[in-house]
Amino acid sequence: MNFNYKIKGGDFSAAGRASSEIKKILKKLNVNPKVIKRIVVALYEAEVNVVAHADKGSINAEIDSEKIRITVVDEGPGIADIDLAMTEGFSTASSKVREMGFGAGMGLPNMKKNADILNIKSKVGQGTMVELITFFKS
Amino acid sequence: MRTKEFYHSLKVDKDLCYGCTHCLQSCPTKAIRIVKGKAIIMENRCIDCGECMRACPVHAIYVEQDDFSQIFEYKNRIAIVPAVFIGQFSLKKSYEEIISAIKETGFTDVYLAEDSVEIINDIMLNDYNTGREKPLISTFCPAIVRLIQIKFPALVENIIPVKSPADATAQYFINQTGKKDIEHKETGIFYVTPCPAKIADLKVQSSNKKTLITGVINMNTLYNKVYHILEVKNKSKNTKPQAMQTALSAKILQWSLTGGEAENMKGRCLAIDEVHNVIKFLEKVEDGEISNVKFLELRACDHGCAGGVLMTENRFITVERIKHRASKLPKSVNKNINTKEYQNLYKNITNINIEARPVDSLDDDMEQAFLKMKKIRHLMCYLPGIDCGACGVPDCQTLAKDVVAKKAHLSNCVFIQRGMEKNYKLSPEHSIKIIEKIWGEKRLEKNCNKKGAENETI
Repeated sequence: MNFNYKIKGGDFSAAGRASSEIKKILKKLNVNPKVIKRIVVALYEAEVNVVAHADKGSINAEIDSEKIRITVVDEGPGIADIDLAMTEGFSTASSKVREMGFGAGMGLPNMKKNADILNIKSKVGQGTMVELITFFKS
Repeated sequence: MRTKEFYHSLKVDKDLCYGCTHCLQSCPTKAIRIVKGKAIIMENRCIDCGECMRACPVHAIYVEQDDFSQIFEYKNRIAIVPAVFIGQFSLKKSYEEIISAIKETGFTDVYLAEDSVEIINDIMLNDYNTGREKPLISTFCPAIVRLIQIKFPALVENIIPVKSPADATAQYFINQTGKKDIEHKETGIFYVTPCPAKIADLKVQSSNKKTLITGVINMNTLYNKVYHILEVKNKSKNTKPQAMQTALSAKILQWSLTGGEAENMKGRCLAIDEVHNVIKFLEKVEDGEISNVKFLELRACDHGCAGGVLMTENRFITVERIKHRASKLPKSVNKNINTKEYQNLYKNITNINIEARPVDSLDDDMEQAFLKMKKIRHLMCYLPGIDCGACGVPDCQTLAKDVVAKKAHLSNCVFIQRGMEKNYKLSPEHSIKIIEKIWGEKRLEKNCNKKGAENETI
């Protein structure tokens, strides 16, 4: 099953909409609440990243009876050094974004912590693709 | 495995229900269906919040209660009355006058349900200090506890395990007088409440022998009796009111209003009222969007118990009166209770077990749930998405779910019927039969007795 969501850059009020919808779907599928929580946290971070850094983006969630594979694609500045971006506390968020309580530099580390598999591909000046895979049963 | 079913206090009067969609649409847990022109409440989904009762235009939904006259089967008749009851009456009436009038209805003793909030507050603060995962959630509102059990199972562990103030007060009373009189049926404890969920909760507890409360009385029943005594019977008489048995405080009086608990907890606390607001907020908590909040006071009714379903007076007036009275009282009063009694009471009222009973998963088996969701999404391609409720189900999504669960037919949808008729897959006679199956026989005939019609008889 495929589920698609759009994300608008700068629209912080809408960040979290996709993760909330995905949560509702996973509850219906009887996925363990602890696993749901991990998926939701990782996706929420990904959503906020797109809202904070990019012009726009989209989310595709592919669900089968064993796992969820989420792809978040954005048209944004891209990440110059992915390894550096994975460091806790490293952030390129603007002061405006930080004032709103985001941009603590925990986004990517949190995604890595909560997803079973995290893949990031990025091209500076073009955009970023984040893939999050989580298995329902460990 | 679900061990025991919920008991429900909300019932549908089949004679009064004329089959409309008000309750169907207002139910926050989608627990209502219409079958043969009458509303049916689904036991596993109902949380007894009473939203359907508020929405019903013909008062066909009622709260089951114990017969008032049963109190006279007991020698000692104890009334446990919530503080909001005081707010039903003008500020000109003294506490003593109101309490005396309650006694005049037949009770030998009257206690305020919130008499026990100090110890409950202690239990809540002690739980807070254990350092377990926050936010902690109050058990005060039984409709919310049920909501969390069925819709937010992952949050069940955030609930503070403590019994209701009424139960704790009953326990306190028994600890003072001994259990013997209750066992020998000399004493009966009756809880007066504005809340269908509290009634339902007590019935469950009593079927499990976990409460000391003998019976429940709807608050509007007692209100009518007390109002009659205060305003008609005793108006001319010069009766001397009796003293209160509860030492009052602002905390006791305001505990059941919105903010009543939150104001007495530590850290960042939030008080949220009205069931739809609570659902939206709990979604956020579950989504991990709420951080640093330590305590959540959640109430199904707007303005807390002042907005209770069985309340007579306007909720804003009730709140204003209670706040006014509270402003003249000490903030809190400590009970004269020794350490051993305190420990005993503490142990008794924390002896409560709250389990998750999720209802949203499509199947216990994930593979099956996955297939069902696929089917639902496929059916949604055909359903109109206008959520009219003409199929007797709250919305298209729920109809699709019911169809997949083999509890409804796709042809129950009036839009699907038109399409089938166009393609000669359904005769007009058959579609009328379908409508009558949902909305009752002769539903399509002229009827001038319905609400708003020429000979309205409601």
